[in-house]
Amino acid sequence: MMKRDECFRILARHIKGEAVVATYSSAVDWVDISPGPLNYLSIGAMGLDSSHGLGLALGRPDKRVIVLQGDGSLLMNLGSLVTIAAAAPKNLVHFVAQNDTYEANGSQPIPNPKLNFADMARASGYAAAYDFSDLKVFEQQVAHVLEQEGPVFATLHIAPSKPLKYDYPSLYDPEKRKAFKAEWQS
Amino acid sequence: MEAPIAAAASGLHELHGGGIIAAIKASGIEYVLAVPDIVTSKGLLSPIARDNDFKLIRVCKEDECIGIASGLSYSDKRALVLIQYTGFLDSLNAIRGIAVEYKQPICMMVGLLGHDPDVAPRVSPRYGVRIIEPICDDMGIAHHLINDDADVSKIRPAIDKAYRESAPVALLIGRRPSAS
Repeated sequence: MMKRDECFRILARHIKGEAVVATYSSAVDWVDISPGPLNYLSIGAMGLDSSHGLGLALGRPDKRVIVLQGDGSLLMNLGSLVTIAAAAPKNLVHFVAQNDTYEANGSQPIPNPKLNFADMARASGYAAAYDFSDLKVFEQQVAHVLEQEGPVFATLHIAPSKPLKYDYPSLYDPEKRKAFKAEWQS
Repeated sequence: MEAPIAAAASGLHELHGGGIIAAIKASGIEYVLAVPDIVTSKGLLSPIARDNDFKLIRVCKEDECIGIASGLSYSDKRALVLIQYTGFLDSLNAIRGIAVEYKQPICMMVGLLGHDPDVAPRVSPRYGVRIIEPICDDMGIAHHLINDDADVSKIRPAIDKAYRESAPVALLIGRRPSAS
């Protein structure tokens, strides 16, 4: 089983000016591995990460947008798979870290841990959908995932991580939103 | 006691969708994010869907609109959320977080299903309609009732103000706009 931070360290090596929408546990790991102004962390309501990502992607079709969502978050906004597929932004890559828990809310299990999100994305109409559970395979294929025409979806099957510290005042600092906007428009 | 509103008292009882759409265009709205609402379906959403001046994103659930509009705002792209009041109520947590706490320019056009245009929404016999304006007041969301053609002139200044001040606004559609 992969670990989320291991996946993100590999992903971070391929980042070249993309916006990265990351929330909750994914945000905690991501900002530790890849801090910077193009991290979009303030989504306001659980589950809306994928919708924010769609708005960013539509607003700047010349730039790429990466969403790092948890499985609990996607379950709160499953319809966004259909909306994103219909809007068909070519510049959106949508990762879901699946550990079958609402990790940020006490690691309680999701209602059904046997879900195949990649199948859902494929059926919704994403241009491509992947499942990764082997770190070496992910490392080999991540460049292709990021470069192909979207919307692209990929599930990262991960083990529950070590206990994380959720510093929400820092993640949701209004200055970070200002910095993001300035960098995104540059 | 039901309170008659000014437009009804003056005998102005029409609301033309074409006028609203012209005001939306004049406001610089590029994206319309919508879930169908029977109040605005024929008079607004259908003509907007045929209008190449707009980019229409049909979403599955109303709170998606709030996230998408927020994402677009970082590129200074103006968006209008076109939903029913039931969807507004369903999206309150997203509106709370994104529009109010983050002070994002989220512009919402909200169909008041079941609203009697001759009665002020606050005293509507329909509970869902009656609570909309007080909720907006409590959340600090500017709101304007668009009941008749005379109200359409409120739309552009309201949207311009929302983007200028980075704040939400709710434009409450009080009767079914005609398709003309």
